[in-house]
Amino acid sequence: MLRHALRIAWKDLRVEARSKEIFVTMVFFGGLLCVIYSFGFGHDDASVRGGVPGMLWVTLAFTGTIALGRAFDRERENDTMRALLLAPVPRLSVFLGKAIAMTALILGVAIVVTPVLALFLGAPLLDYPLQLAAEILLGAVGIAVVGTVFAATLLKVRSRDVLLPVILYPLLIPLFVAGTNSTAALVQLHPNLEIATYWIQFLGIYDAAFLVLSLWVFESLVIE
Amino acid sequence: MKKLVPILCILAAFGIAVSLYEIFFVTPIEVNIDSNGRLNMSSLFFNYKIMFFHVAHAFWLFCAVFVAGISSAFYIKTQNVKWDDIASAAVDVSVAFGAVVLLTGSIWARAAWGVWWHWEPRLTMSLLLWIVLVGYVLVRRFAGPSGDRIAAGMAIFGMIGVPFIYVLVGSDSHPNSGANGVVAKLPPEMRGAFWLSVASFLLWFLALMLTRLESTRAERELRELRERALDLGVL
Repeated sequence: MLRHALRIAWKDLRVEARSKEIFVTMVFFGGLLCVIYSFGFGHDDASVRGGVPGMLWVTLAFTGTIALGRAFDRERENDTMRALLLAPVPRLSVFLGKAIAMTALILGVAIVVTPVLALFLGAPLLDYPLQLAAEILLGAVGIAVVGTVFAATLLKVRSRDVLLPVILYPLLIPLFVAGTNSTAALVQLHPNLEIATYWIQFLGIYDAAFLVLSLWVFESLVIE
Repeated sequence: MKKLVPILCILAAFGIAVSLYEIFFVTPIEVNIDSNGRLNMSSLFFNYKIMFFHVAHAFWLFCAVFVAGISSAFYIKTQNVKWDDIASAAVDVSVAFGAVVLLTGSIWARAAWGVWWHWEPRLTMSLLLWIVLVGYVLVRRFAGPSGDRIAAGMAIFGMIGVPFIYVLVGSDSHPNSGANGVVAKLPPEMRGAFWLSVASFLLWFLALMLTRLESTRAERELRELRERALDLGVL
């Protein structure tokens, strides 16, 4: 099952590597958001330390939603989703493959956007790279897993672009709050690694629970 | 089931009337005397009495989330629309109950803390749950023919999210001035009124939900009849 999943993820990433459509537009959009933040919020140390966790996670949320919508639009335009579902592999592999590719995309954007954010605002984002990487990785997995389930079910719905955030954000609130809390613990004046670790664990448990749940419901939700 | 609704309504009306009487005439006014025998200005006096309605609604809001989540799980596994109707009715009614919770909570916040909104853990939790429920209603309404399946998925994910939201708001270090643990340390003379109002609102909730269930079913039947008529060329 995992082998098929990896193959599907590889296929998605290769399509993306050739067209670069989603990645480039997402990175540009993320960069734009960073510029807007720089104008919208104060530059003194206190407000940067207070605001930067929120900016980082809002950027992840926005770019993630856009990437999800676009990635599944691509399958819809050529009606390849049906082919993918008809392929003689378990449906769960399709789900896992899509989720893995989506995680990779979101991570790719985060790798570009985080330094840009740190640079523009002079934020101490990169002081604890390992912890920050763990947070972003777990966050990306969560967004990708829940997002893949609902983006796949919304494939045939006319107003999917509006409905995707309407569905995703309420369900992802715990993830965003935990993510901002842990990042805030890292960038505050006296970084508190204990709190950061606590929230990273919270993110891990959240991801595990929603991954299991997604594996359980995906087959029943995505019917062609 | 149809006959049950008027009975539930009458019982609920009676229960709410009695609990209103108890709330206004039996339960004492909260006055906080500090150790020096002076009046503590954090006393809520008359204002705390909104709690009897606020908590009763919140109680059934949380139960309804689980009813919706579990019946949605049954729906996507069995594909039996009966379960979907139950989930949808539960969510519709709990959106209304959630609105009551948030409004009364806001009034409580004004009385207790002097602001219209306060990020008190339970109020926050109600708000987050309510957002999920409103999302469910929106998806059902606007996602077209496959909306019920997507909404069912949302209800299940929302239910699993409840413990996370609980941990999330529980560990926040917000000042909990007074409101926390109100139910646990309720003085005995208020307990009667409190549980009576909780029970009456359960009856009221069930009456609303059964009515909603009937109307959802009628809508579905009408839709199916219409489709059949269109197929046969009558319409």
